Amino acid sequence: MSKVKRALLSSLAVAGALTIGAQSGVADEFDGVEVNILTRPGPVIAQRIVERGEEFTEMTGAKINVAEVPFAELFQKLLTDWSTGTNSIDVGVFASGWAVEMVDGGLLQDLDAYVAADPDINIDDIAPYFREYNQKIGGKTYLITLDGDFQMLYYRRDVLEQLGKEPPRTWAEYMDVAAAAHGTDMNGDGEPDFGSCIFKKRNAQSYFAVMSIAAAYVQTQGTGEGIFFDPETMAPKVNNEAWAEAFRVYKATGEYGPPDELNHDIGDTRALVQGGRCALAIDWGDIGPLSIDPSGAPIKDKMGAVIMPGTPRVLDTATGKLVDCDASRCPNATDGINFAPFAAFGGWSGAINKNADERTKEAAYKFLSYMNQAAQSNVDVTIGWTGYNPYRNSQLDNLEPWVEAGFSQEFAENYLGAIKQSLNHPNMASDIRVPGAAQYTSQILDRELARFLADEITAEQAVANIEEAWEEVTEDFGRDSQQTMYKLSLGVTN
Amino acid sequence: MTTVDPSGADPIGAGPVAAGRPARKASAALPRSFKERPPGPGARFSEWLDAQAKTLFIMPAVTLILIFSVFPLVASIVIAFGRVRLRGGGYTYRFVGLRNFEKQLFGSEQYHFLGVFTEISVFGWMMIIGAAVFLIWWLIRYVRRKFWWLGFIGRLITASLAFGLVALFAATTASGNQFGTLGVTLLYVGIGCLVQFSIGLGLALLCSQPIRGKTFFRVTFFVPLMITPIGIGYAFRMLADTQKGPFAPAWQWVGLGDFSWATDPWAARSIIVLADSWQWIPFIFVVLLAALENTPKDYVEAAEVDGAGGWQIFREITWPQIMPVAATVMLIRVIEGFKLVDLPNIMTSGGPGIATESMTLHALFAWRSLDLGQSAAISYLLLFVTVVICVSFFNMVVLARARNT
Repeated sequence: MSKVKRALLSSLAVAGALTIGAQSGVADEFDGVEVNILTRPGPVIAQRIVERGEEFTEMTGAKINVAEVPFAELFQKLLTDWSTGTNSIDVGVFASGWAVEMVDGGLLQDLDAYVAADPDINIDDIAPYFREYNQKIGGKTYLITLDGDFQMLYYRRDVLEQLGKEPPRTWAEYMDVAAAAHGTDMNGDGEPDFGSCIFKKRNAQSYFAVMSIAAAYVQTQGTGEGIFFDPETMAPKVNNEAWAEAFRVYKATGEYGPPDELNHDIGDTRALVQGGRCALAIDWGDIGPLSIDPSGAPIKDKMGAVIMPGTPRVLDTATGKLVDCDASRCPNATDGINFAPFAAFGGWSGAINKNADERTKEAAYKFLSYMNQAAQSNVDVTIGWTGYNPYRNSQLDNLEPWVEAGFSQEFAENYLGAIKQSLNHPNMASDIRVPGAAQYTSQILDRELARFLADEITAEQAVANIEEAWEEVTEDFGRDSQQTMYKLSLGVTN
Repeated sequence: MTTVDPSGADPIGAGPVAAGRPARKASAALPRSFKERPPGPGARFSEWLDAQAKTLFIMPAVTLILIFSVFPLVASIVIAFGRVRLRGGGYTYRFVGLRNFEKQLFGSEQYHFLGVFTEISVFGWMMIIGAAVFLIWWLIRYVRRKFWWLGFIGRLITASLAFGLVALFAATTASGNQFGTLGVTLLYVGIGCLVQFSIGLGLALLCSQPIRGKTFFRVTFFVPLMITPIGIGYAFRMLADTQKGPFAPAWQWVGLGDFSWATDPWAARSIIVLADSWQWIPFIFVVLLAALENTPKDYVEAAEVDGAGGWQIFREITWPQIMPVAATVMLIRVIEGFKLVDLPNIMTSGGPGIATESMTLHALFAWRSLDLGQSAAISYLLLFVTVVICVSFFNMVVLARARNT
């Protein structure tokens, strides 16, 4: 039997099974089937999977088991389990960027046939970036999006109004607002609070923040340009004034932050924001729903969100220097300011182990689809503690669920407007999606950033070290294959 | 030829293990015709079993050691000499020779593993020259006094490592440069073990005295040892929090409310040593207390009658008696100290910068990002340092004392 025929038949079989399953939606459809899912520790991300899993068990009979490991160990645990043939995990819920290495290793199930046969997922409702970019690798669907991730700037509307300041559009304005607000009491507890809160702990999420800052300095020509490498040579685009300036800006924000910010991860920062102690903060979409959570009482109806700050000075790739924006250099700039909202992390997404048995794969797909479907996800994204942020058009366009969840009309418009502005920006910057992504960023970039923040090295030394170490990783993985994957990740097909 | 009961039965009821030797001795008294009778199949099996008994009994233990200890050791050295990538159906392996070690010692990871070498200070040079002179004198003295080639090679390895570590200290800390994960590990081991031993011994000496509530103190001092290191890491992180921790008012009262230990390299290292000491002092305390309570009291009483002071009694009578136990407990602590990973991982994630990153944490970070070759290479470098230091300590402290007595 030819490969084409085999593929066609198996697709038809999958399609048939899914169609029957989807139409019936009957209890006991997957009686006796267990789906083992591995993800980060709850309640963020994991807890909602557990709860939706219980609903799914009632509906179909499939048992959903959720195991949790620390974020820093999630990638290697999944890769080890699947590559060594242990196969104790059927579904991984992880950063979409990690999937490139897994697909390269032949570990993930191609989900195109499943999606094509699924009448409930309403794939066109998923925002184009997440549908075509986050879920697909090399044109094939390997992931089902559960969360849409962009970093944005959050500000306290009441504090800025008191100070007579506008939401910052550039990093210079950010510093100005942070300096003015720093030391004032923002939550009425009599204690001086902080002008800026951005997580800076090593081996946590700090490298996402610096990439978000660097994006506007580095990328001007649109998403296809990329912020990490020269797509034509795969030479690192990091040892230059743009990245060095991003490092300096990131460090300078600490001047207006809590004294132990160097040891703060995203959880510590969010606790401060929810406690009403921060005038400005950089975060994913979570702050919006967290502000209506009972633990966020001090900031309820006081938060605002805007696109990540931009810069009027950008990288000249020929010289590695920062130069002023002009019409040709910054074609996507607004008022001479170059913005490049960064799709940090890409979003938590579910992928299925290629070597799981067929019944388990069917049940796993149906469960991921169930979580992704608007009926469930449009509720989940409005709840702060779930960690899920909007990724469907219906979530971004329809204010009703947000208002029902407790958002004011004004903040719902503001919050969703900032996400839409980021998502639809022509100069949106993509996260790194090549094999070895963890080494490039969470190991090398994170370490050099931490050394710079701790005054061990200068920004120039840090970016030079990163360049040298990135070149070694590229050589290890193979320059040509890395270049191909990087181009694909940017949507460059020629 | 071994002669046994052809039936294979044990005539004296001593069991199969005892059947060999008594039978051989008894054979002399048997008539010649009986002795020369060829053994039956049962006897031959018993004979074979007897000969193989040692191998059979030891086989399960050797097999377990081979599977769980030697095989991973060999597999990891193979990984240390290569680049491994996990893929569907297994992995791909590319041999790269010593490149992983070279990267740590001389390449792009040198600053991370060894530290930063820019300019060596005058004091640093003096230390290096002083160490070189002392170690050469030490080797020459050994050659002149009693030369044994194996002993000389061992001392040469010890001297080389000692010189390397002194040179590392001279080129980094003593010259105002930053040291890497090797230096951090040695700091945890050196300072930590010293602090733990001093306090553990002090507490053991106190609890060995006839004081009230002795049992209560013993139990109380022992509790930290039973807590998981991860729990201790989180507990100390909370306790040391200058903003929200229970001692925050005290920090603010002394004007350190805006100071964060986590952002200062030496403060962060000190807190980690403090947490590690809090956990391990009980171990030293319990072992040394047992040693103290087993020392004969009559020597001490005789010394007291002769008018010896407390310090004199400790130095001349108590210490020599507990010294072998103290050396052993220190050896165990040093080995454990080299493997410190939970506390810096939980409390600082190796930060600020790489200031609190131990070698084990360094290897763990490389392993997390699936750089398995680098991770294995760092682990082998750690193994080398640990083995040389511990064997040298055992030879020069424990065995030297045994030879002298």
